[in-house]
Order: sequence, then C-alpha cells, then structure tokens
Amino acid sequence: MSKKKITLYASILAFSIIAPFAFPDFGTQLATLWLMIIVAITWDMTGGQMGYNSLGNIFFYGTGMYVAALITIGLTYDIGDYTSAAGGGIYEFTDLEYFGGMALGILGAGVFCSLSAIVIGSLTFGLRGPYFAIGTLGVAIAAGELVANWDWVGGGQGIALPVYPGDLDTGKTFFYFLFAAVGIASFLFARWLYGTRFGAAINAIRDDEEKADAMGIHTLRYKLYTWSMAAFFVGMAGGISAFQLIHFEPLESAYQTINLGIFMVVCVLLGGKGTLWGPVVGAILFHLFKEITWNYLLGWQWVALGALIVVTVVYFQDGVMGWLEHKRPEWFGRKVEKKVVSVSQ
Amino acid sequence: MDQVLGNIDLLFQFPIVNLKIILDGIMIGALFALAAYGLALVWGVMNVKNLAQGDFVIAGGYVSWWLVQHGFPPLLGVPVAFVVMWGIGWVVYKLVITRVIERDLFTSLLATFGLAIMMAQIMNLMFGSDTQSVDLGYPTLHFFDGFIDLPIAKLIGVGMAMSLAGGVIIFMKSSRMGQAIRATAQDARAARVLGIDTEKVYAFTFSLNSAICGAAGAIIVMVWVIQPFYGISYSIRAFVIVTAAGLGNLPGVIAAGLGIGALEQYGSHIFGIGYQQAVAVMLLLLVLLYRLIQQRRNRQVLK
Amino acid sequence: MTSIIDVSNVSKSFGGVVANKEVSLSVNTGAITGLIGPNGSGKTTLFNSIVGYHPIDSGSIKFEGNEISALSVQQIARRGLLRTFQQTRIYGAMDGVQNMLISLPHRKMSIFDALKTFTREDYERADHLLEFVGLYEKRMLKSGDLSFGQQKLLEFAMALMNEPTCLLLDEPTAGINPTLINGLIDRLKRANSEFGITLFVIEHNMRVIMNMAEKIYCLAYGEMLAEGTPDEIQNDQRVIDAYLGAH
Repeated sequence: MSKKKITLYASILAFSIIAPFAFPDFGTQLATLWLMIIVAITWDMTGGQMGYNSLGNIFFYGTGMYVAALITIGLTYDIGDYTSAAGGGIYEFTDLEYFGGMALGILGAGVFCSLSAIVIGSLTFGLRGPYFAIGTLGVAIAAGELVANWDWVGGGQGIALPVYPGDLDTGKTFFYFLFAAVGIASFLFARWLYGTRFGAAINAIRDDEEKADAMGIHTLRYKLYTWSMAAFFVGMAGGISAFQLIHFEPLESAYQTINLGIFMVVCVLLGGKGTLWGPVVGAILFHLFKEITWNYLLGWQWVALGALIVVTVVYFQDGVMGWLEHKRPEWFGRKVEKKVVSVSQ
Repeated sequence: MDQVLGNIDLLFQFPIVNLKIILDGIMIGALFALAAYGLALVWGVMNVKNLAQGDFVIAGGYVSWWLVQHGFPPLLGVPVAFVVMWGIGWVVYKLVITRVIERDLFTSLLATFGLAIMMAQIMNLMFGSDTQSVDLGYPTLHFFDGFIDLPIAKLIGVGMAMSLAGGVIIFMKSSRMGQAIRATAQDARAARVLGIDTEKVYAFTFSLNSAICGAAGAIIVMVWVIQPFYGISYSIRAFVIVTAAGLGNLPGVIAAGLGIGALEQYGSHIFGIGYQQAVAVMLLLLVLLYRLIQQRRNRQVLK
Repeated sequence: MTSIIDVSNVSKSFGGVVANKEVSLSVNTGAITGLIGPNGSGKTTLFNSIVGYHPIDSGSIKFEGNEISALSVQQIARRGLLRTFQQTRIYGAMDGVQNMLISLPHRKMSIFDALKTFTREDYERADHLLEFVGLYEKRMLKSGDLSFGQQKLLEFAMALMNEPTCLLLDEPTAGINPTLINGLIDRLKRANSEFGITLFVIEHNMRVIMNMAEKIYCLAYGEMLAEGTPDEIQNDQRVIDAYLGAH
C-alpha cells in the first residue's frame, strides 16, 4: 500500500470513530449509513463482481433479524410464550443475558444466513440474468409472507426485544460502533477477496460464464461461496438492526423488499457497480438523498426515490466511480504501457 | 394445520365447492392473462421485462373509478382507460423505455421497478390508500341452492376481457402494424433492413401493452377491488404466467392465466386469505423451478 | 498407442435435422488428430457433444476410458478436456494478463488455494505463454481491442494456461492472417510435443491439417466418411467428391 492510501484509510477510520461524538444528533442516521454501506458492499459482491443481480438479498437481512432475536430470547425464555405475550409479559434480561445473547445472536444470524444462501443458491443459481433477479425477489417476498403468518415467531406483530440496558445515547453509540465494525470488516473482506484468484474467477463468471464453465472453474460452487460470504455480513447487520430497532415486524422492517431491498441496488448503481469504493460512495450519496427528501419533500419522498432509481439506472448506470474511471483513468492505475506487473500491491 | 386439513376435507365433502373455486379462478385468471399477454408482447418484441405491468393495470382501474366518481357510466371506463393508458404508456416509453431497450435485461427490470414505485406512490397521493371498486348495480345469479353465486358484472367483465383479447389477436394477425410487430420480434435488425421503423414499432407495442393493462384494470375495478399498492402482485402473476407459458405462445398464456387464477383460488381456500400473496409468489418459484429442471435436462440454463 | 477420446456410434439430431449419425472415432493419446468435412457436416456438433455442451441421443463418449456423455461442460473440463470456440471467447473487458490469470487451472485448486493472491509464478507463467503465442507486447491492452486473429491466439494461450490433458480446437487458423499461419502451426505442434497436450483439431485449411495431423477423420452429412493418414485422406475419392459436391 502506498503512503497516500494509508493516509486515506487512516483518516476515514479516524472520522468514523469521531463521527458519533462530533454529530451526536445524527447518531441513528450515521448507524443507518453504515448499514447501507454493508448491504451495498455485499450486494456488489454478487451483483457487481459476479454478475448475479439479486433482488432478494433483503432475505438475509430479515432472516438475520429473526435469527438473532430468537437466539437471544430462546437462551433465556421459551420463544412461544415470549412471542404470544407480545411484549405484554414481564421478561427481564440481565446484562449477561442481553449482551451474551446479542453476541451469540448476531454471530448465529451470520452463520445461519450463510448456510441458507447455500441452500437457496443451489436452486436459484441455475437462473440467469432477470430470472435470477425475479427468483430471488420471489424468495424474499415469500419468506416475508410466510413469517408474517407464523405465530410462533410473532406473526404479523413481529417481535419486541429488550431495550438496551443503560442510557439511551450510550445505546445509540454502541449500535453505531457495532454497525461500523461489521461495515469495516465487510469492506476489508471484499478488498482482500477481489485480489485473490477466487476474485478473478468470479469476475470471469460475470463476463462470460459459459467460458468459465468451459475452463473448468467450479462456477456453481464459487457462486454459492460468494453469496454465502455476502449473506454472512448481511445477516449480522440484520441481527444488529433487530436490537437497535427493539421492535420489528416482518413485512415493513424485516423483509422490506421494496425499501432496503431495492435501496442497496440503487446505492451500488449510483456509486459504480463492480468497483471496491463504488458501493461505499453510493451508499453515502443515497443516504444523503434519502434523508433530505424524507425531511423536505413531504409525501412526495417516495416518488422522488422512484425517480432517482429510474434516472440512475437509465442515465447514470456507470455510477460515480465508473464516471471517474472514464474521466481520470490514471487515478485507477490504468496505463497502457506499464513496464512491470506489480505482484504485491 | 387442522384448519388447512379441514379446508381440504371440505373440497372432498362438497365437490360443488371445487366448481365455485374454479369458476372464480377462471374469471380472475382471464384478467391475469390479459396483463400477461401484454408483458409477453413487450418482452418478446423489445426484450424489456416490465415490472410496472401491474401498476399499469391499477392505473387503468383508477381511470375508470375516477370517471364513475364524476358521474360517467361505468362501462365507459374500459375504452377510456384503454385510451388514457395508451397515452401514459407512450410517455413512459419516450422517457424511459426507449433508453433501456439496448441495455442488459437487469437495467430494464430495475428501471421499471423504479417506475412501479413511482406510479404506486403517485396513485397513493392522488387517490388515497383505501381499496376502491365500482358497483355496476347488476344482480347476482344463484345456482345449486345458492352454493354458487355468479354476479352478472363478473360475466360482463370476462366477456369484455375475451373480446379485448380477440381484438388484439385479430389486430396482430391482419394489420400492417401487427405484422411489423411480429417481424420486429423475430429479428429487429432484419426488420430495420426491410424498412420497418422499429422505433415506431417499439413505441406502439409498449403503448398497446399499457392500454391492454389499463383496460384490464378498468374491468378489475368493476368486479374486484383495487388499491395503489396492489400492482406488484399483478406484475408477479404476469411474470409467472409468461415464464410458465413462454413467449409468443398466446394459447399458452391464456391457459396459464386461467390455471394460475384457479390455483390461487385453491391456495387461498386451503391456507386462508392471508396467504394469497404468498401463494402467488410460491407459484412463481415453482414455475421457475420447473423450468429450471426442464432446461437442465438439455444442459441449458434459464436466461 | 492408447486412445484418450473414444467416440462410438454417437447420434445427435436437432428437431428433425440429423447433425451426427452413428459417428465413431478415437483420438490417440499424445497425438494430433484432425477432423475435416464440408460446411454443415456436423464437426462442431460433434465437438459440442464431446465437451458436454448438449446431451447426445445415443452412443457413447469416453475420455481416458471413462464415460463422459452424461456429464456437464464443467465436469468434463475439470477432467482436463478443454475446447476453444470457433468464434473466440475471451474476456474482452480485461487485458491479456488478466485473461491468462483467470485461466489458471481452478480444477487443481482447493478453495484455500483459490483464496490466495496471484503468485509471482502465476504472472511468470502468464507472461511466458503470452510470449509463446507472440502476444507479449500486447499483454497490457484491453483484449477486446485485439484483432480477431490475436484474440484467437490469446484464447489458445488461455487454454494452455489451464494445463489441459487434451485440447479440442475449433478452426484455430480461421481468420488468422495467412502470413502468421505457419507460425501458428509450429506453435500447435510445440504445444503438443513440449507440453504433452493431445490435440483434436477441426480445420478447414487443408494445408494446415495435412501438415500437422497424424490421423484425419472426414465427416460428411453428419456421417463418418473416411479416416486415415493425411496421404490416404488426400487421395480418397469420397473425400474429394464430398468437398466438390458441397461447394
């Protein structure tokens, strides 16, 4: 890594740490920004790098929420009793039960989502292009509808988790740092992954899967691995959200297909598909746009959002990074005559 | 679970219930088939997968509902919705669709998804989020000791759907434009070489699709209810039908439409009305799975 | 001499069109075998059947003694049987070196090997093979910008990078500048002798195939018309008739 890059990374890290203290009023928004970054980076792992545009990654977010909540509750109480009381009974959690349950729950959410990506993927990865998008969308919608009708996990009412034990602002900062940690981890993971032979192979799948098949790449296996890695991070993010939101219900907050489920795609397109920084830049821009429209365009915010999707997709599909790469190729180390190939980056 | 088994048991104890379900299913299926035919047309001719299909349907329904609110006769809604939605389809084509035709399929899918969100929200702002319907005021016929009730409005609706479909088929077979559309669907470049203005054909096809959806919506508002956010489930059904039937296979689309209508009615009878959306999506997944297995046998993928 | 590919009585039809009818042939280990035939005689269909691109109607295809006719493209490729395409298939958005690196033999890697960054040896091998096909100077160019002939050479280099046991080449010289053809023949022969790769080649250019192959099969109308050494094929009246009749 060059000195410039180290400075860049260090200053971003420093800013991330200071941010919640410098802007205490925006604690929740900043945490949500990290959530957007996580789902955008992980969406791009399959969408941008592997060419499989999923509209169903929200499935892992919603499932992560439920798994984390159920693990935490199940460790201390009977789940059926707890959900049928719908927050009415007296269910106390000690600090150990809360934080221990949360740690196991979030991790368990990641692992469970990883595994479910393998199961779902082994069916859906036979679908290509738009069929894959529609198929995964179908999985996410179906999951939401089924969970909403499943009384054991709270049905349409959803689940209420215990409130953060401690003062409210500390809680906000706590969740901010949880999201930030997963966000940084997913960024570093993606950065490493794209530099490996595996990363090159999934790029090959994106550009010409039939050729990749003919070269003997284990295309299905690689697709499953990639999706399951992405699902791990999304699942964990969902798990954190469950605790941050305290109460969540299946259709509006967990399996929110047309909200977060589509936002993550727009973030990536806005920032630049198939680039490392694109999803991050896109998530920041999108989040800003969303916060501004939600605050100032009373009632019309959704229309503005739909318009943003259409305009991004139709007119600006290369995104910010793609546009920059076109304008300033030298920033991306694109030179036609390079003397030696650098082995260690 | 007991309830589900009880519902299944009911089907065997009273076979007449099956007839009622199938009749209901076929009537709603005829309207699904209309929207699906429009989708197959656009998909086949310009390779655009329109996720705003259902929102065109709902918009057509609101056109008709608005007319009735302003004192016009309900049956006028169908032709007016056809014309109005033709215009809206043309505008949407010129603003958005024309720019995504040459791009990859995910682009059109996502662009129309954005469009669907916009349309649903605009209708929500204009007409509110309550469910709406138009009452034709016709009586209901009863058969089999009242086991089966058949509102005349529904019969009229199905009749209009059938004549609309028939009109479109005759148009596609015999008119110059219909021939140009079919030629473009087969090979756009060849059609251009032969002097067909494909841009015009695309614009016409998309507007026609939008108009068909609009008319279907105007019928739906007379026999069922509409709501601004119902669009997505009509889009999903249209996809299920087209995926099951394949492109350019009109009898297949009609058969699949009727079949899906009936299956959905069975689904909501057995599992309860809360599962209606889930049943529609499950059918989509089943159809995709079936096609997947079918293609795998030929070592092909579904793309 | 043992054979590496054994095709026996393979038939394949598309709808009513019979593309291959009861075709049998065998490719000897370590040799260069040719497949010729007029346009539309079913050569590429036979290739596609061998590499598992579509299921066959009847017959048997064996690779290294194992039945492969029911396997998929990847499964067959993973056994070391590779093909190049008549219309080249390279990764046009990437440069030559990236194309080569993608072609590393993933079938020989565990997932842990795959999750390593590219080693110095990977780069050296890529450069070496690009030099072997004469593309070293162009290795940093976007490969989509290369000429058709250069893309063919790149695809050939990619195939070599993949370390196959046996390579099926679909018209390697089509679209290549005639002045470069001799060099290409030489490289194909060297790939065969130096890397020990068995080659099975579809070729239209008679001079090329007669120069290279030890044994030649000739298809016509989907059926095996003749087989033999280049000399035997050249003097076979049926082959001459088939070619004259088709044009």
